[in-house]
Amino acid sequence: MFEIVNARELTNNIYLMDVKAPRVAKSCEPGQFVIVIMDETGERVPLTICDYDRKAGTVTIVFQTIGASTQMMAKLKKGDSFKDFVGPLGCASELIEEDIESLKNKKILFVAGGVGTAPVYPQVKWLKEHGIDADVIVGAKTKDMLILEDEMRKAAGNLYITTDDGSYERKGMVTEVIKDLVQNQGIKYDCCIAIGPMIMMKFVCLLTKELDLPTIVSLNPIMVDGTGMCGACRVTVGDEVKFACVDGPEFDGHLVNFDEAMKRQQMYKSEEGREILKLQEGDTHHGGCGHCGGEK
Amino acid sequence: MIVSKKVPVREQDPKVRATNFDEVCLGYSKEEAMQEAERCLNCKNPKCVSGCPVSIDIPGFIQEVKNGNIEQASKIIGEASALPAVCGRVCPQESQCEGKCIVGIKNEPVSIGKLERFVADWARENNIKPERPAKTNGHKVAVIGSGPSGLTCAGDLAKMGYEVTIFEALHEPGGVLVYGIPEFRLPKAGVVAPEIDNVKALGVEIETDVVIGKSITIDELLEEEGFEAVFIGSGAGLPMFMGIPGENANGVFSANEYLTRNNLMKAFDSKYATPIITGKKVAVVGGGNVAMDAARTALRLGAEVHVVYRRSESELPARVEEVHHAKEEGVIFDLLTNPVEILVDDNGWVKGMKCIRMELGEPDESGRRRPVEIAGSEFELELDTVIMSLGTSPNPLISSTTKGLDVNKRKCIIADETLGKTSKEGVYAGGDAVTGAATVILAMGAGRAGAKGIHEFLSSK
Ligand SMILES: Cc1cc2nc3c(=O)[nH]c(=O)nc-3n(C[C@H](O)[C@H](O)[C@H](O)COP(=O)(O)OP(=O)(O)OC[C@H]3O[C@@H](n4cnc5c(N)ncnc54)[C@H](O)[C@@H]3O)c2cc1C
Ligand SMILES: Cc1cc2nc3c(=O)[nH]c(=O)nc-3n(C[C@H](O)[C@H](O)[C@H](O)COP(=O)(O)OP(=O)(O)OC[C@H]3O[C@@H](n4cnc5c(N)ncnc54)[C@H](O)[C@@H]3O)c2cc1C
Ligand code: SF4
Ligand code: SF4
Ligand code: FES
Repeated sequence: MFEIVNARELTNNIYLMDVKAPRVAKSCEPGQFVIVIMDETGERVPLTICDYDRKAGTVTIVFQTIGASTQMMAKLKKGDSFKDFVGPLGCASELIEEDIESLKNKKILFVAGGVGTAPVYPQVKWLKEHGIDADVIVGAKTKDMLILEDEMRKAAGNLYITTDDGSYERKGMVTEVIKDLVQNQGIKYDCCIAIGPMIMMKFVCLLTKELDLPTIVSLNPIMVDGTGMCGACRVTVGDEVKFACVDGPEFDGHLVNFDEAMKRQQMYKSEEGREILKLQEGDTHHGGCGHCGGEK
Repeated sequence: MIVSKKVPVREQDPKVRATNFDEVCLGYSKEEAMQEAERCLNCKNPKCVSGCPVSIDIPGFIQEVKNGNIEQASKIIGEASALPAVCGRVCPQESQCEGKCIVGIKNEPVSIGKLERFVADWARENNIKPERPAKTNGHKVAVIGSGPSGLTCAGDLAKMGYEVTIFEALHEPGGVLVYGIPEFRLPKAGVVAPEIDNVKALGVEIETDVVIGKSITIDELLEEEGFEAVFIGSGAGLPMFMGIPGENANGVFSANEYLTRNNLMKAFDSKYATPIITGKKVAVVGGGNVAMDAARTALRLGAEVHVVYRRSESELPARVEEVHHAKEEGVIFDLLTNPVEILVDDNGWVKGMKCIRMELGEPDESGRRRPVEIAGSEFELELDTVIMSLGTSPNPLISSTTKGLDVNKRKCIIADETLGKTSKEGVYAGGDAVTGAATVILAMGAGRAGAKGIHEFLSSK
């Protein structure tokens, strides 16, 4: 059993939990994920590692309620436990594999959408700890949906917040901000890391391809085991089929076949899951892309 | 005079069992077992034993069954096999023990598998349990993977007094016995769990949710956690795909995914949250045990099921009993047929499969006649689900994170057959991780060899 030592609702339907999992806390790196199981009859739910405390042996997860499993998870409180908590899974973010000195000479841009802010945070924080300030764009539907603002402010170099409805800071989509920074302000970034809903990542990639800005995305296809055993998580990257759980979850965004990935993600969607995804994709449209021109 | 046929074993009616997940074969009663045991000639030079990868004293245990002394029979089997209730059910007996049985030359061979199963089930029902060693010897050994190889290795080492911890990546121990082979062939709560409990009863600890290579590496186990030796029994879990167009469409699954959802994650039971796509018309591509299991699972979930296999019936690698059962239950076999493309509708879902007819040509390296395409014979099957069951290979997760552990070009760990020794000192390996996908009994034998190797290594230190 893996005890929840801290649980809070960050905002409407987005929850943060610190879970006691010493093995995971000891070996995890930014970019990796875990799989949690609620109870005997629960599903294996993949969630990105959002932070970790090696000393305390805890791992932080942040999740949005989508369908039955995440809604049930949201009811867990401090002192409750997950039946299973396995990880770290997937590869660590490429950034942390790179030489620190060469990283210091790079200008890095993060683009986070919605609950994607959570997985972006540990990477930004890791860079900060190594003396590197990265620029971060966070997009949210509305002010109330914004998460981890204070944490991000501390970790980021420049933080640009944008909301779909203009209820806070900038108004518009994350792609608008990228354009503004690169085209209007003439900032030259060496790489971009975009994490958020598939549709947001797709349109960020379409834009950064035009801007010739190398972009890494973190994919969240459907998974079962998370260890390379089932192939449920397969995605097409360039000419190759990759298993996101072992080869990823981060990939070169300019090579990912997002249309296929988005179709595959729908495979087991519950009705309510579909509804929420529609809402979410709808909002990243307004908060994100500028290309799609529709609520399809 | 020998009775020419085996004592028939009771089975669930095909029509009934095609709609449930209960075990198909009901096994022998004591009377039936004793009657079948009469058919064994108690050969002086028993050929059957040479056909059994772990050399069970087959005539020895069968004589005890003949006399009605089942407890003694179970002890004899226990000397050579740690998982008799499993092997009695899933061994390909026709090509192993029973394939060599002398009675089989003119008549049906002795039903060794069913007798073994009876003895093991009887022992379980009568609570015959292995004894826990009084004292451990203080040496710690780590076992990776809780499939048949890992369980056997751990059990053997514990009997010798070692303190053994099994690390398992999934949330349940058992390996393929739990996630792959379906309930209707190998009941989980009834048969697999008690076998695992027996291993635990020997003092073996099982830590689930630990992915070696990710949560912790083998080098860390040896250097930081005080383990003096490691056995790798991580299996061959990586599924292969064909690489044909349309294979990433919605509705195309690996057999591993389909079976894991249904077995490990219990999708067939509405109490569980796991979703599964049942499909109305399903094609299973492949002809091994895994394909039969996927086909019969899809059938039980309500689909019309076609097994699409590129060779002919006599080349089907599955156990004869599984093919027979699948047919009885209504699985349709499209033999000498090979998929060339999966047809996809506008929403990204499977709508059919384009196939080509095959004929058998010259034998290939495996000795089986090679299938060749018949030009211009393409046709389309209308389908909504495709399950790819083309084989698996070892997962590189462990080999790529362990210093000095050599693998061959198929990513199989290189280990010696008699002691499981790898290129890295203190590290032993066996089962599918070494051989590629094989059988339960071979994996068990390899676990046993590994335990022997580790014992020799640690006692000479
Ligand atoms: C590597 C990875 C990291 C993730 N990190 C996070 C995170 O940090 N925070 C967060 O809120 N969510 C994250 N997700 C998504 C999260 O796993 C899903 O939201 C969750 O599985 C939905 O389950 P449900 O039963 O509540 O929803 P339902 O819609 O009812 O789910 C039905 C089925 O679809 C699957 N499913 C639905 N949506 C997704 C999805 N987006 N990804 C994978 N499987 C899905 C579920 O497993 C389930 O089998 C991540 C997914 C992956 C693969
Ligand atoms: C569907 C199906 C049907 C089959 N039917 C038959 C049959 O009828 N008869 C027969 O004899 N054989 C059959 N087989 C083959 C047989 O099951 C295998 O040969 C046997 O299980 C191999 O045993 P193993 O111990 O080597 O590996 P496995 O049973 O594969 O067990 C390996 C275990 O290691 C774990 N593991 C893997 N990597 C790691 C890691 N990095 N860290 C921690 N744990 C890890 C896995 O999760 C798994 O639990 C079948 C196989 C399948 C898939
Ligand atoms: S273990 Fe398998 S091969 Fe050996 S006797 Fe039993 S059924 Fe036959
Ligand atoms: S070969 Fe057949 S008859 Fe002879 S001992 Fe073995 S099982 Fe009995
Ligand atoms: S989740 Fe099963 S292979 Fe990736």
